Amino acid sequence: MITIKNLHASIDGKEILKGLNLEVPAGQVHAIMGPNGAGKSTLASVLAGREDYEVTDGTVDFDGVDLLELSTEDRAREGMFLAFQYPVEIPGVSNVNFLRTALNEIREYKGQEAISAKDFMAMVREKSAIVELDAKLASRAVNEGFSGGEKKRNEIFQMAMLEPKLAILDETDSGLDIDALRIVANGVNKLRSEKNATIVITHYQRLLDYIVPDVVHVLYNGRIVKSGPKELALELEEKGYDWIKAEQEAK
Amino acid sequence: MSETQIDRSFSAFTKHLRQTEISLPADLIAQSLDELNGKSFPTTRIEAWKYTRLTKLSKLSPTFAVQHEGVNSASFAIHSTGNRVVLENGALHLNTTQFEAVNGLSIKRFSECSTEELQHIGSLLTLENEPFNALNTAFLQEGIFIQIDDNAQIDAPIELIHLLSKVECAATIRVFIHVGKFAKAALTMGTWSAGADKSILNAVSEIHVSEGAHFTLRKLQSEEEGNFQICTEEIEQKKDSVFTMHTVTLNGTLVRNNVRVRVNGTNCETNLYGAYLLKGNQHADNHTVIDHMMPHCLSNELYKGVIDEQATAVFNGKVFVRKDAQKINAFQSNGNVLMTDTASVNSKPELEIYADDVKCSHGSTTGQLDEEAVFYLQSRGISERSARNLLVEAFIGEVLDKNNNQDFTNKTNAILNARFGWER
Repeated sequence: MITIKNLHASIDGKEILKGLNLEVPAGQVHAIMGPNGAGKSTLASVLAGREDYEVTDGTVDFDGVDLLELSTEDRAREGMFLAFQYPVEIPGVSNVNFLRTALNEIREYKGQEAISAKDFMAMVREKSAIVELDAKLASRAVNEGFSGGEKKRNEIFQMAMLEPKLAILDETDSGLDIDALRIVANGVNKLRSEKNATIVITHYQRLLDYIVPDVVHVLYNGRIVKSGPKELALELEEKGYDWIKAEQEAK
Repeated sequence: MSETQIDRSFSAFTKHLRQTEISLPADLIAQSLDELNGKSFPTTRIEAWKYTRLTKLSKLSPTFAVQHEGVNSASFAIHSTGNRVVLENGALHLNTTQFEAVNGLSIKRFSECSTEELQHIGSLLTLENEPFNALNTAFLQEGIFIQIDDNAQIDAPIELIHLLSKVECAATIRVFIHVGKFAKAALTMGTWSAGADKSILNAVSEIHVSEGAHFTLRKLQSEEEGNFQICTEEIEQKKDSVFTMHTVTLNGTLVRNNVRVRVNGTNCETNLYGAYLLKGNQHADNHTVIDHMMPHCLSNELYKGVIDEQATAVFNGKVFVRKDAQKINAFQSNGNVLMTDTASVNSKPELEIYADDVKCSHGSTTGQLDEEAVFYLQSRGISERSARNLLVEAFIGEVLDKNNNQDFTNKTNAILNARFGWER
């Protein structure tokens, strides 16, 4: 689904990603863990096309498309979705209006007809149930006055509506209580299929009890330095990252 | 000829204009001529004109153009039914003016008014140091007198169309409205142009809202760039009345709105809503005054602007609460979004409160669109242009949605669509 080779990216002249390699095939969930400042959120931002970051080297192949050549909106239209660590509040823009605009622009990009109001509302009802999001929240302004948990559920609701090929969850678990975490994780699991892939960026192993990854990667100092099965997450939880750092320095 | 040699006096400006032929009270005419005599256009050293340069306007010597240019002025109508008064270049356009007999409503020209009725004209208008009010008196072309009887409820639309259709022409129009006790009515005013350039509309409305009456004024300003507009509304409210005004400014080289509401009665409600969407080299200046003279009243004022390209805007909102006007709730807010680095706004809220038991607030914000929100929307597949439009619409929609007249909303949206490519 996505193949990242030797990715270098910097912000304000400071290099954050230093030759990152990662391959996530369709049908799989990969977790990326790592200490603060390792470059986890930078990776998410670069893949989503945030302009503050400059890609200085490397390639990203997204299901046969050169991702780095695309604008942010075209990446989304090709099937990339980023669940934000800090979802943005947008007063005055209703969730449904925004999502219908998004959905129709994506459909137009793919040469499909706009969705009818009736089909759209049916879709809203169906998809909001996946994350147990109150239908009232769906019609309110985007994230405005939402609790932390509601914002994260709204991210997964949007993901359900847009049906991406690749979803990147950027610390979607941070700040969630166990109930909210379960709801969000259930939502993500229901959306898993053989045709899509998920990258879960997290600090904490606990999310991975609910969203079970096929592979766990450790991101340290701008590179993936270790990859392993889901048990690697437990080991990191137990031992922290110092042993990884020590290993790296020994090299 | 160098700049300094150009005569910016009112005598040069009015040299092609005729003094009014309407039988206004003689002392008003005399005082107005006196105000203009030997005076020059206000400069930016005058507080009321600090951010609005009249230089371009002052260089003009417009004429009164009475003949009509064959423009289909009805095409500018906001309402398809009801009473419609069309004023083209300041002259009543009889062919497209439509009168529909409505009980309790009378619309006539000043020339058809009795001497007694004409005595009321100008009673709310300040002439001293207000040269455009003086111009509007001494050089008045046409006056429309609207009377709404006590207890009348006028549901059919009443619409005034101001149309400029010639080059370098002046239109000076006075509208006098008396809303009787416990009456309810609304007036729509559209200002337009077709083929005009360097023309100026000077429109003054005097509005008396009697005890228990409800009156709404909706203004849609959409003259093409190149033209000027100075629009003044003087309102007096008596007790238990409600006055609401919507001002939507979408085009015009220079638009100045002077609104003053004298709340001269207890238990009144005053709502002033303004939206301005500017681009190119437009300049829109909203000066408002709400004068709370009596206790137990409520006023809401919300003006919002979106300023693109090199356009500039001014908001100056004064709220006075006089010494004995206790228990006043007065709220004022002005918000601006600057779409470019070259767009600018000067916002100045002013509260002067002399009573001690009041609740007043004011706020003014100016900023750019939230770039994080733009990115968020883009990351969902929405183009940058649509994302910005969605955000701007949401911002300005708050004030546009205060208007509850569908015809007015439809026309506003049609212009927004044509001019800014928005679909609302």
